[in-house]
Amino acid sequence: MSTAATASGAAPAAPAAPVRRPGLLRTAWRFHRTKIGVLLAGAVLLVAVAGPFVSPFSPTEGAGMPNSASAAGTLFGTDDVGRDVFSRFLHGGYTLVTIAVASALAGVTAGAVLGIVAGYLRNWADELIMRTNDMLLAFPQLVLALLLLSILGPKVWLIVTIIAVSHANRVARVTREATLKVVEQDFVKSAEAIGVPRWRIMATEILPNITSPLLVELGLRITYSVGTIATLSFLGMGLQPPQADWGLMINEGRTAITIQPWAVVLPVTAVAVLTIGANLITDGLSRASIGIDRGVEK
Amino acid sequence: MTGSEANADTGADTGTGTGAAAGRGGTALRVEDLAVVGHPSEVEIISGVSLTLERGHILGLVGESGSGKTTLGLSLLAHCKRATEVSQGSIEVSGTALTGLGENEVRALRGRAVAYIPQSPASALNPALRLRTQLTEALHEWDEQERGPRADRVREVLREVALPDDDAFLGRYPHQLSGGQQQRVAIAMAFAGYPDVIVMDEPTTGLDVTTQAHVLQTIRSMTRDYGTAGVYISHDMAVVADLADDIAVMYKGEVVERGAASQVLAEPEHPYTRRLLRAVPLLRTEGHPEPEAPAEGPVLEVSGLQAGYGGTTVLRDIDLQVQRGECVALLGESGSGKTTLSRSVAGLHTQFSGGLVFDGEALAHSSYKRTAEQRRRVQYIFQNPYEALNPRKRVRDLILAPYRHLAGKPKDPDAVVARALERAALPASYAARYPEQLSGGERQRVSIARAISTGPDLLICDEITSALDVSVQAEIVELLRNLQDEGMALLFVTHNIALVSNIAQKVAVLNKGEIVEYGHVGEVMARPRHEYTRALIADTPDFELSLPPSDADLQAPEAAGQ
Amino acid sequence: MLRLILYRLFYGLLTLFVVSLVVFAATQALPSDPAQAILGREAADPARLAALREQLNLDQPLALQYWSWLSGVAVLDFGTSLSGGMPVSELLGPRIQASLTLMLVTAVIAAPVAMAIGAFAALRRDRRFDHASSMATLVLAAVPEFAIGIAGILLLATGGLKLLPAVYAGSSTEVLANPDQLVLPVLTLAIAVSPPIIRMMRASMIEVLESEYVQQARLKGLPERTVIWRHAAPNAIGPVAQVIALQLGWLAGGVVAIEFLFNFPGIGKALMEAIEARNLPVIQAVTLLIAAVYVLVNLIADVVGLAANPKVRVSSR
Repeated sequence: MSTAATASGAAPAAPAAPVRRPGLLRTAWRFHRTKIGVLLAGAVLLVAVAGPFVSPFSPTEGAGMPNSASAAGTLFGTDDVGRDVFSRFLHGGYTLVTIAVASALAGVTAGAVLGIVAGYLRNWADELIMRTNDMLLAFPQLVLALLLLSILGPKVWLIVTIIAVSHANRVARVTREATLKVVEQDFVKSAEAIGVPRWRIMATEILPNITSPLLVELGLRITYSVGTIATLSFLGMGLQPPQADWGLMINEGRTAITIQPWAVVLPVTAVAVLTIGANLITDGLSRASIGIDRGVEK
Repeated sequence: MTGSEANADTGADTGTGTGAAAGRGGTALRVEDLAVVGHPSEVEIISGVSLTLERGHILGLVGESGSGKTTLGLSLLAHCKRATEVSQGSIEVSGTALTGLGENEVRALRGRAVAYIPQSPASALNPALRLRTQLTEALHEWDEQERGPRADRVREVLREVALPDDDAFLGRYPHQLSGGQQQRVAIAMAFAGYPDVIVMDEPTTGLDVTTQAHVLQTIRSMTRDYGTAGVYISHDMAVVADLADDIAVMYKGEVVERGAASQVLAEPEHPYTRRLLRAVPLLRTEGHPEPEAPAEGPVLEVSGLQAGYGGTTVLRDIDLQVQRGECVALLGESGSGKTTLSRSVAGLHTQFSGGLVFDGEALAHSSYKRTAEQRRRVQYIFQNPYEALNPRKRVRDLILAPYRHLAGKPKDPDAVVARALERAALPASYAARYPEQLSGGERQRVSIARAISTGPDLLICDEITSALDVSVQAEIVELLRNLQDEGMALLFVTHNIALVSNIAQKVAVLNKGEIVEYGHVGEVMARPRHEYTRALIADTPDFELSLPPSDADLQAPEAAGQ
Repeated sequence: MLRLILYRLFYGLLTLFVVSLVVFAATQALPSDPAQAILGREAADPARLAALREQLNLDQPLALQYWSWLSGVAVLDFGTSLSGGMPVSELLGPRIQASLTLMLVTAVIAAPVAMAIGAFAALRRDRRFDHASSMATLVLAAVPEFAIGIAGILLLATGGLKLLPAVYAGSSTEVLANPDQLVLPVLTLAIAVSPPIIRMMRASMIEVLESEYVQQARLKGLPERTVIWRHAAPNAIGPVAQVIALQLGWLAGGVVAIEFLFNFPGIGKALMEAIEARNLPVIQAVTLLIAAVYVLVNLIADVVGLAANPKVRVSSR
């Protein structure tokens, strides 16, 4: 509630309307961390998207002696089977980023729908959704992924599905909480009193009021997706050789870390910087959405 | 209820002039030119505040929300909320200057020189600590050698506020007490260390009138017996008029008027004070003509209604009729079932049985099972204007969406919005605003505009003024009266008996789920038959406007324009 | 109170039951023949295939397969390892001990330190320490744990300072005998597990410090020490206990990547080896174990949370 609005009484002469509070994205942009986050994540995204077009070598063919930190003609040397580390690095982000964003989007969308339905209807559907959620939460995300991938084989669609599902139940929880706060408010009752259909109440009264937490969730889920997918590849259960992939590069390069650190350092740095950037943006969004540190305004 | 008269004589000689002469003996509190600023905007939340207060007196600090009264109250304990600080001025308690003291010195003075009674004891008592711990803590500067064991003092002060003093009670947690008991504990805690000054921040908000009357009585006798000076912060002029010796009126961070209570009430100098006084709903109003016998059947007829949640019944045998153009007040304290009743009528609460007939036709339980025409003709306005409007929609859409749903697509949407806003006394330009750009009163007007845009026959108003300041409340009541004159029937739900006389023709008094009294307002207020109604009337501070009513009309436009 | 605990207990058991169903369904009730999947190219040998099918009870109906597996699990009999022929419980015994040691050492170090940092940041709100810890938790919370581990190896073991061994080289039975080899895995896990605890402790502490009862305690004139330790801290810890439990539960899964990275002989590494060798009974046992730890830790947190709340402990009025 803005203090500005409550200060003045009813005014028949209609003075200039008080200024609206700026939107979530603009508020978030005011924080330094958001700008740093955009810079970091943007840089890595640029490498991931534009990298394949500027890579000097093929990511899958040999360019010199194996495990040489200073092979002739290469920037960062060669990996354990003699491929150019820098070219593999430039090719290795695209799939990771695409899968991560796709699974986060799918998970947040599904979770938002489930959360709103559960939080608004509060009937057997709520029970069912939330109890199923509790069961799913009993499995650590990574272990569930390992279990299914080890049995069904490491396929991209399966990775996306597993991560999206495990995101969905966590997002559903958050969305349900946010929905409950909105549903308590009388404008929802007001729509019910005049018989507005339930689905339309969910779409026009509730959804617009929980976009902030949803946006925060999306940022968080992208961060986690990148981490989980990179971990899966690192464990050898994600993308498969000979494909160029940052997680896989770390897996392949870790045994020779003392003689050819670049094969590990480059992808680890990329993954770390991307996740840190995404998390800084997310934190900026969440600060903006809960209105941290506003102090006393006019 | 004799406090105000008795105190009026002693209070007359204090006020503004005595400050210079009073030494340590008489003056308990002296504030000079105090200002508090907020960061980062550097706005002065209060500015240039000066006050003096004698021992044994109560100063009523009156103001509406946002006037800075709580900020002032806290600064008297040398406490500033986050992102605020005292920027100038001085505070003296019993001759000791609070401003400029170090943290430890201030701490030693709190509880002994100046103590605080919070607005909501439910959140101000630590949920994880037993009462014994919390009460004993208040005696941190207590000298056991000289004044006996702390435990004895704790029991003594508990007896003084009429609470049990046994071990079982002391071993309780705050959540095991009722709201009134919690507030007594807070009072006991404040008085335990014999402070010179006590700051009370709306200590009766959230209590029902009977409990409020008891708590006020306790405060009154404790301050008198202890010779403590009290600062009583409130928005409720009726309570302050009843309790205080001196009154200071705050408006936008400044004390615009201060003086002896009798003088401020009888001859207010500042226009804002006059406006505030006129806005107080009077418990007894003159002239309630007997309504004529209705020419046609009632708009709403409730007969033998029972309602509940799960296994518990909260309403029994409710019979009620609302005629066209009539306002029926539904009066009850929290938990009386009044909101359940109004929501049953609106189709929001479906677990009830009994007759519910609207204009000759039975109403389905759920709003979803009622015809569009019925939903259009029965409209509901909610208590809290800050929650009743979707913050993501403009006023225009807030009004048009229900209109489209109930009355179909309008030919000229702008005209519909403009007409609705006009009837709610808002300018047409407000259509483009979002709720956050409106004040509380304006929001409630938009709620009303939204409800009346479809031309309903029955308007259910659920405590619609309880979240608003009194001056805004008076404007909303005026607006509702006009609607009623246009032929709309009102079911006005309220806990405030003083409002009833100002708006309704008939009143139904609800107590514990049953209507204990039902009749014409004038008759019920003059000759209440049921014991509960009598207690309710007796416990409500009886505010009498001593201003000449003649210039009320002169002031009205200015009041509306504020 | 007791009823609530019994309810949670029942619910925990139910969850475990469902988890066992999922594990079983994922591993044994697949549309394709698990025996064939396990043997891969070697499935051409019909004799071996038949032998394996018998060992896995695949010729029985599904419900019966599940029942015999579950009744075995109930008495800690997880079947026989497909490689080496040892009983799974015997094979995993020392591995579980090693992992539990790793987790416990991590928890004992991380939880108190994280809580202290969070509480201190709340008390120093908006000052340098708070900003620094807020930035650090943000950065560390985002990065996957194996990346933290690699950074640790690069900084402390191979690259800059050659202080610590890069990988674990001891056996699983004498984990505590080589403390220097434990430092990096424990440090990595502690760093990975701490940020949410720090942030929750800070948030919870700030909320409590801003509460009216803490303001009231200050207005009573209590020393700041009493305000913090008696009025604020006990109320702030409740929500944090939940997060700590969640993080400890996370540890059960988080050890997988860390053990793989540091070559630490715990259940995580056992799981990765079993996946490599398609050793079905071991995969089943380890995933079930990890889920069980997860459920158990959450259950304990629930009960502790209930017991710490006087509103639940002492029934009202």
